[in-house]
Amino acid sequence: MVTPDDGPDAAARPDPERSDPVPPALARTVLDSGEISRALTRITHEILERNHGSAEVVLLGIPKRGVPLARRIARRMGEVEGRAISAGALDVTMYRDDLRLKPARALEHTEMPDDVDDKIVVLVDDVLMSGRTIRAALDALGDLGRPRAVQLAVLIDRGHRELPIRADFVGKNLPTALTEKVRVRLAEVDEVEDSVGIVGSAPNGGAA
Amino acid sequence: MSEQYLIRNARILGGEPTDIAIADGVITAIGADLDLNGAIEVDATGLVALPGLVDLHTHLREPGREDAETVLTGTQAAARGGFTCVHAMANTDPVADTAGVVEQVWRLGREAGFCDVQPIGAVTVGLGGTQLAELGAMADSAADVRVFSDDGKCVSDAVLMRRALEYVKAFDGVVAQHAQEPRLTEGAQMNEGLVSGELGLTGWPAAAEEAIVARDCVLAAHVGSRLHVCHLSTRGSVEIVRWAKSKGWDVTAEVTPHHLLLTDDLVRGYDPIYKVNPPLRTADDVEAVREGLADGTIDIVATDHAPHPMEDKECEWSAAAFGMIGLETALSVVQHTMVDTGLLTWAQVAERMSAAPAHISRVGGGHGRPIAVGEAAHVVLYDDQATRTITPADTASLSRNTPYAGRELPGRVVATFLRGVPTVLDGQLQEVRS
Amino acid sequence: MKKHLLSAGDLTREDAIRVLDTAAELLGVAQRPIKKLPTLRGRTVVNLFFEDSTRTRISFEAAAKRLSADVINFSAKGSSVSKGESLKDTALTLQAMGADAVVIRHHFSGAPHRLAAAGWTNGAVVNAGDGTHEHPTQALLDAFTMRSHLMPGGGVGADLEGKNVTIVGDVLHSRVARSNALLLHTLGANVTLVAPPTLLPVGVDTWPVETSYDLDESLEKADAIMMLRVQRERMNASYFPTEREYSRRYGLDTTRMNRLPDHAIVLHPGPMNRGMEITADVADSGRSVIVEQVTNGVAVRMAVLYLLVGGATNEEEGS
Repeated sequence: MVTPDDGPDAAARPDPERSDPVPPALARTVLDSGEISRALTRITHEILERNHGSAEVVLLGIPKRGVPLARRIARRMGEVEGRAISAGALDVTMYRDDLRLKPARALEHTEMPDDVDDKIVVLVDDVLMSGRTIRAALDALGDLGRPRAVQLAVLIDRGHRELPIRADFVGKNLPTALTEKVRVRLAEVDEVEDSVGIVGSAPNGGAA
Repeated sequence: MSEQYLIRNARILGGEPTDIAIADGVITAIGADLDLNGAIEVDATGLVALPGLVDLHTHLREPGREDAETVLTGTQAAARGGFTCVHAMANTDPVADTAGVVEQVWRLGREAGFCDVQPIGAVTVGLGGTQLAELGAMADSAADVRVFSDDGKCVSDAVLMRRALEYVKAFDGVVAQHAQEPRLTEGAQMNEGLVSGELGLTGWPAAAEEAIVARDCVLAAHVGSRLHVCHLSTRGSVEIVRWAKSKGWDVTAEVTPHHLLLTDDLVRGYDPIYKVNPPLRTADDVEAVREGLADGTIDIVATDHAPHPMEDKECEWSAAAFGMIGLETALSVVQHTMVDTGLLTWAQVAERMSAAPAHISRVGGGHGRPIAVGEAAHVVLYDDQATRTITPADTASLSRNTPYAGRELPGRVVATFLRGVPTVLDGQLQEVRS
Repeated sequence: MKKHLLSAGDLTREDAIRVLDTAAELLGVAQRPIKKLPTLRGRTVVNLFFEDSTRTRISFEAAAKRLSADVINFSAKGSSVSKGESLKDTALTLQAMGADAVVIRHHFSGAPHRLAAAGWTNGAVVNAGDGTHEHPTQALLDAFTMRSHLMPGGGVGADLEGKNVTIVGDVLHSRVARSNALLLHTLGANVTLVAPPTLLPVGVDTWPVETSYDLDESLEKADAIMMLRVQRERMNASYFPTEREYSRRYGLDTTRMNRLPDHAIVLHPGPMNRGMEITADVADSGRSVIVEQVTNGVAVRMAVLYLLVGGATNEEEGS
């Protein structure tokens, strides 16, 4: 599943389900709920502009936090287009390249709102880092059909790419150190106010 | 015949320390501070001295399965366990159902020299359960057979059992019955109970043993003969034998060391090391056989030492052979279950593991006699304060199928004397001249 | 989850729900254009079948192949096993081939335990039915089928709390009944075993189930009823007098089916003896989920294989 702090050291990464050991006070908030909302609104308009409307677009969120983001974009898109638009969910667990580094993980729900053949699929995730999750998502998508094009929307692009993958729509570019973690909180998943924060030692800060 | 030995400070039957002098295979003196010129001294300080143990139920596998055990290796294991006489069961290949086979086994035992081997004759030809073997010829042979058994199989035909019981009266023989009703135990793999139900293994009801024990007691009483019940394993069997004895009937019974200690819970891992016939029973049955052995309902402990090659145990439970070895652990298990629990004294252990089995089989050679001046020098010195962890490889047997691997058991046989000749000294097998 | 799946009793409630939830996700794979996931690429799954069971073998084979595992089918018939090779030597051979999972079906109870415990193979051992002992993946697919019908919203994340399941037939010789009794209890269901006294195991009174000799009295409250296959050879062993009498007292016909609650479903592990424990019209009725059980079987076995060997195995974690 996708984690908010997608990083190269996937094996050592803490389970996102577990409570963060860093107290909230140590997290530097980089986006508040209002800023997240405006970023998603902007992304929505960019998707519509780029694809000349919503007719051909299928939104697929990558669990866990990509799914509520995709749904929020779908809602905004529906408001603009004047019709109900739904987003789906694409679990990429079975396609991950790091499965053998940890005990078998529970699967997330996959839900296709529509046939993807000849459609423009917009993958939605919260944080883009190594690109490995998106690689897995592209493979998963390939087994479900043959979209005309695949685009990528992310709330945060924090750099540190390990694969030739880039986002088409970015909420915020956030340069980070590898020792830092980007923590995304969304009301639907985390039951707290929306926020994006950075936890861990600052770029030139103390020991990692 | 042999050197002279002076055993120093042995506790005979666990009593006060005393010296025992042995010359020419006979106990010549017992007392404090004995002196015997030229004698080899054996320091037995702290050790219990028991009369040489007699096993009424041993599978030596020769002839036929020399890959599992031979008379030589089996009697070496017996010596290491403190035995000076073992009774070789008849289910060899060929079956010991003729004078020729029993004499061969008897002679092999004498040649080996570690332990007297008294053959048991088959009741029926080829253990087939249909025709009596030549019991009289075996009785009259050099092997002097008095115990007859189809062990491994039950003499289930009531008429045949009656005839056998009647026939052996002519030479004071005894029929040792393997009590297992065959129809009730078709395909049986373990004790029938909670565990068999959970494991999906075909159950072996206690009733299959008890039905035969009851029938045979009544038959033996009816014809006025001697019955011996092999490896009795259930509470019901104990109660039936107790009832038969209360009637004054000539019924004796044995229990194995493993039925005094192990229960069918051990089967849960499906390890065939615990597969045995009769099967391991419940904790309640274990309690009952201990009580029975303590109060004399069960007369003797017999090992049912049943060696099997590795491949017959390293397989699926249902494909595995029945049986476990036990000669070298018998006395330790008896100490653990009966002596350390206060159920038996060492004198009672000597009765149940030496005097009574020798009496049941009418075996000669001075076996089963007390440690007393003038008696044949069959003596075992036993360190009841020692403890040891059982390792399968530490055996004289050719087989390794001990159910006690990794278990800590009390006691260790330090020395065994057979007619004044040490077969074991300092826990080590000795060279013996036969 | 434990390393092996030998008994339904090895599964905690959380383990079992995880298997069922995973299976629920994997069920969709069968409907996709490409019915395959790359998850077990490079893993080797051996189907080691000492007993003929085409249904179970092809179910496991489909499951392993849909996860992209390499599948080796090792059937005892015509192999060295029929020439007397021991389980140990067979296992050592599989180990040398690098089996990551060994799916074993055996006519002897406990054979999978031996394989797992004796250290002859490092692979995960999956019990695909051993003698008259257990068949845990069958119990999982039965529970999956029940949950999807009986629990609201298809039951994802849920157990079977409070559901009444009646299992009818030869419990004594049934590995399906043993595994179901354990798993359904773990999942909170109330299990009633119905059989003639001759076909209930000794000690069943200590199992976490109700027992009854009377099928009719346990129909009205049943949310699910599972009919077990009755081997015709049991009749010759005097477990019951005649097939007709068995069928009359313990068979499920339309009359009995009509006494079940409207929502109740009918299961059978297959293969069925139509006319014996179940009549043809019941087997083919709308209540019957027997064909669905087969479909669910593949998804449940995919889930088991994924959860046992899809992630890091013990060896890999240690290195």
